[in-house]
Amino acid sequence: MGSNTEYPLSFIRDLHTKMEDNKLSLVYQGQFTQEITRAFVAMTEHSMNQIDEEKTTKKRVFNVMVECLQNICKHSTEYELKGVEESSIFVIGLEDDQYFICSGNHIFNEEVEKLRIMLEKVNAMDKQELKDYYKQVIRDGKISSKGGAGLGLIDMARKSGEKMVYRFDPIDDQLSFFTLQVKVRRKKQE
Amino acid sequence: MAKLDIESTEDTPRVLFDAEGNVFEISGRSLPEDAPSFYGPILDWLDEYYGGTPLPTTTFDFKLEYFNTASSKLILDVLMKLEEHHTAGNDSLIRWHYDEDDEDMQEAGEEFADLVEVPFEHIEQ
Repeated sequence: MGSNTEYPLSFIRDLHTKMEDNKLSLVYQGQFTQEITRAFVAMTEHSMNQIDEEKTTKKRVFNVMVECLQNICKHSTEYELKGVEESSIFVIGLEDDQYFICSGNHIFNEEVEKLRIMLEKVNAMDKQELKDYYKQVIRDGKISSKGGAGLGLIDMARKSGEKMVYRFDPIDDQLSFFTLQVKVRRKKQE
Repeated sequence: MAKLDIESTEDTPRVLFDAEGNVFEISGRSLPEDAPSFYGPILDWLDEYYGGTPLPTTTFDFKLEYFNTASSKLILDVLMKLEEHHTAGNDSLIRWHYDEDDEDMQEAGEEFADLVEVPFEHIEQ
C-alpha cells in the first residue's frame, strides 16, 4: 500500500467530537462474543463507579447490556452457521438523566415479523403485566436451541421501565438490519 | 459425599454445597452465555445429594448480586429440584438475600417464591 492510503487521522478527531456531542461512552462494531460481553461489563462498571452511579441504576444498565449483547452473540453464531459474516454494533451513552443502550444487527427477513410482534406486545404492557408475563414465560418456556428462554426482551422492558424504540431496515431479499434502543432512567442517590 | 466447590469468575457465581459443613450457598454474579452448562453440574450434585442421606432440613442461601435471564431460568430449575425433594419429605429452606436498596433483587426473590412450593425467607442485608 502506498503512503496515499494512510488512514485519515482527522476522522478520529471527528469521531471523538461526534461521540462527545452525542454523549456516547462506548461504541463497538464487529463480532460479538461472551469475552466481549465480559469486557464491556467491566468497562461500563468502571465508568459508572467513577461517577459514583446509584446501585440500582448500575444493575439495571448491566442487565439491559448483558441481554442485548447476548442476543447479538446468539444471533451471530446462527449466522456464521449459515455462512453469513456477521458484524453488529453496540452503543451505550449517557444523557443527563438516563442511559441509552443501543444495538444493531442483521436478522433474517423471515424473523422480522415475529420479533416485531414480540416487541409490540411487550411495549404495550404495564409494569404488572410485564411481571405476570415474565413469570408465565419462565415457568412454561423451554430453553430454545439458541440458549435463550424468550425472557430477554421482557427483562429489558422491566429493567428499563420505558418503551423500547426499534426499527427494521430491509437490506436485501434475505436480510434486514434491526436496531434497538433501550433507556434506563437514573435513580437519584438516596 | 464430596462437596461441590466452584470458584466465582467474572460471569459465574461462587457455589459451595457442602453437606458436612452444612453450607449450601450460591453467591455473586451469574451471567454466563451458556447457563445450562454451568448449572448442569449443580443439578446433578443435588440429585446425588438427595439420593443419599440428606440433612433433615437443607438450607440454601442465595446471595446473588445480579443474573441474566438465561440464568434465571436455570435458577428456577434449581429451585424446582428443591421443591421436588421437599415435597418428597426432604425439607428445604431457601434464604434469599438481597441488599437493602436492591428492590429488583428483592422482587426477583418474591417472584421465585411464588413459583415454587418451598419455604422461602427473604433476608435484607
